[in-house]
Amino acid sequence: MSAPTTNQSGTPSGNRSGNLAAAAATSPRRAATTVRRLRGSTTATVYLVLVVVLIACAVLSALAGRSFFSPGNLSALLTATTVLGFVAIGQTLVILVGSLDLSVPFLVSLSSVLAAGTMQGSPDAFATGVLVALVATTVLGLVNGVLVGLVGINGFMATLGVGLIISGYLFTNYQGSTGQASPQLVSLGSASIGFVPVLSIVLLAFFLGTAVLLTRTRTGMHLYAVGGDPHAARLSGVRTAAPVLLAHALSGLFSGIAGLVIVARLGVGSPGVGGQGGYDLLSIAAVVLGGAALAGGRGSLWGTLGGILIFASIDSLLGILEVNPYLKDVVRGVVIVAAVAVYARRKGLSSIVRFPGGPTRAAIDRGGAETADPGPVNRSDVEVGPIAAHPETTGRSGR
Amino acid sequence: MTATITTGPGNNNGNNGNGNGTNATPTRGDAVPRYTGRRSPLAQRFRRGIVTPGGAVFVLLALLLAALFALNPQLAGEGQFTRFIGRTAPIAIVALGQYFVILSGELDLSMGAVISAQVVLAGNLIGQDAGMILPVLALMILVALVVGLVNGLIVTFLRVPSFIATLGTALVISGLTFYSTGGAPSGNPTDAFRAIGRSGIDGIPVLGFLPFSVIVLAVLIVLAVLLVRSPFGRMLAAAGDNSRATALTGASVAFLRIRAFAISAIASTVAAVLLIGYAGVSPVVGQGYEFTAITAVVLGGVALSGGRGWVLSAVAGAFVLEVLFSLLDFAGVASTWRPAVQGAIILVALGVPLIRWARLRTIVPRRAPQGGAAHHTGTGSVAGRRKG
Repeated sequence: MSAPTTNQSGTPSGNRSGNLAAAAATSPRRAATTVRRLRGSTTATVYLVLVVVLIACAVLSALAGRSFFSPGNLSALLTATTVLGFVAIGQTLVILVGSLDLSVPFLVSLSSVLAAGTMQGSPDAFATGVLVALVATTVLGLVNGVLVGLVGINGFMATLGVGLIISGYLFTNYQGSTGQASPQLVSLGSASIGFVPVLSIVLLAFFLGTAVLLTRTRTGMHLYAVGGDPHAARLSGVRTAAPVLLAHALSGLFSGIAGLVIVARLGVGSPGVGGQGGYDLLSIAAVVLGGAALAGGRGSLWGTLGGILIFASIDSLLGILEVNPYLKDVVRGVVIVAAVAVYARRKGLSSIVRFPGGPTRAAIDRGGAETADPGPVNRSDVEVGPIAAHPETTGRSGR
Repeated sequence: MTATITTGPGNNNGNNGNGNGTNATPTRGDAVPRYTGRRSPLAQRFRRGIVTPGGAVFVLLALLLAALFALNPQLAGEGQFTRFIGRTAPIAIVALGQYFVILSGELDLSMGAVISAQVVLAGNLIGQDAGMILPVLALMILVALVVGLVNGLIVTFLRVPSFIATLGTALVISGLTFYSTGGAPSGNPTDAFRAIGRSGIDGIPVLGFLPFSVIVLAVLIVLAVLLVRSPFGRMLAAAGDNSRATALTGASVAFLRIRAFAISAIASTVAAVLLIGYAGVSPVVGQGYEFTAITAVVLGGVALSGGRGWVLSAVAGAFVLEVLFSLLDFAGVASTWRPAVQGAIILVALGVPLIRWARLRTIVPRRAPQGGAAHHTGTGSVAGRRKG
């Protein structure tokens, strides 16, 4: 019973898992606060890393004789984050629910050509263009959701398949850039308050709205529940398909908005614009960098925002240092793999909290040693029953 | 001699002989006969195998080939068919490499980038000097081994999910390739090197013309089949099916997977050597090959979760894809639709078996409204539902 008090220290040692397991068995509320604290600290870590990255960027820019925090550069940095930002909101939802969306770059491209193609530079067609693009991408997102949530295809493959189909359509029907943005969209793209682009404020508003959906509504809780353990969610009365459908549909919608942002910037739509941006890998990386578990059920939108800012800062720095654009890809690849690797290690420790599908390896090792002992230990204490496998309990009564 | 005993229902004591899963075609849960420890008769095994996804792909291939021959009688002409096989060889070889990675329960999305990198490497280092061919080939193999090792180490020791890891390495590799070429095609290897992918042996009695690429493909297929049946192949499948159990038997799952990634990188390299003959030296020549390979493997009924599937079915999947593309060319469908065809194939190949599972669920009492979870497909939820 003394175990729960020791887990306050939260040091990342192998023992923590055992202590937390004991805490979960004895005091669910305390375990819940611990979990919440862990989650909070994850986002805190992301922003800590962001601060370190920003300091490093400032120093390196200064060494190159440029200023990283000049309004011009900050404005460019924020501008560069908007497209990825919208895509990443959707990707966060999809990853939280335990799926993935690889169709985002194609949805972004589709939205851009549909919007620009419908608008054709006419101010009257602004609303129709926006509507056509967003409805199309949302419906396709919903198709993803049906394939993943109702048919049961693995999210990676289902969205890859849909993405390939869209890319076939795009490159058959569009060669090069098409259409033209309506004036309203162009002015929205270039407007800014001070050095902050209006679209960045819009992005932040969408982040806020989605965060409220995730943390304050029943639907949001269901998203987390289904992502964490679909079977447990089902047994507690959650319709497990609905959150999957919703997450994918919203991911389609946000990809569509990202496509509109591109049209606002470039003035035209292009069938290859999403692929060139590499939004699939970058958005997944941003979400993972933000502390979400790829297996689903853990993560937060604010972490994702931090992840995006980290990427944007590094990109901006490479721009300031005038690094070859192809070498930028190399750096990006290394950063993505390194970031995911760091988080994968951390996750290996803390995911034990959720008891994913059986005892931990440490418990097996210890339990294995235990089973070598003859049985009377467990038989003597009938009450131990359900927690007999717990290493501490059996260990104490055994010796 | 085995034929008379096997089908008896209660007769499962014959544990000797070739009991260890010698029928390489995987049988689905509903088709698995009672384990008797002996081989079923050939006809029966054939009937069971043909209804599995891994067997059905051969039927599909036969049908599509028949259609292609009907539409294009020239294909039966002197050496035409072997040329067709030769054209398919790069895709089939890439699919072979991807098969090993998928068998081990991972994915390799860096194959396209590796192909491009190797093509550029060969194109620029060999030049017009035929004496450079062997040293550069050795260097390419070395590069492939390094790529496979890096991919494998990132996946196993850094515990990065394979699709992110290999997408990341793909980004790095293609970034370096584009950086070294400046994005434009460059380099022109000697014709002696291009001949590997381009020419072949003329005057073979029945076949007429036999491209070198067909020989390379045949050799690689034989090697792959032997490899799958070797202890390494068995352990690789075991690691893909249940990595925990495999680790508990004392095998090094990490080393198994690293070798799988090395195999796929080498397969990409061989495909690159063949592709130099067809296509020129360009940093985009390998683009999309990883998805084509995955489509072929999926089409061959190989389980993406790992551990299940026949290597020859993966090759057959690659051929089905190429025949299908040829048929679409005949139908006047623009080649830009090819990705869409691949996407549709992926969805159908993965979705249809799951829909059958959903039907099955109506037999089980109380059909639940939805079809399972995002990451666990059909089977898990069925097992869970039977309890309730």
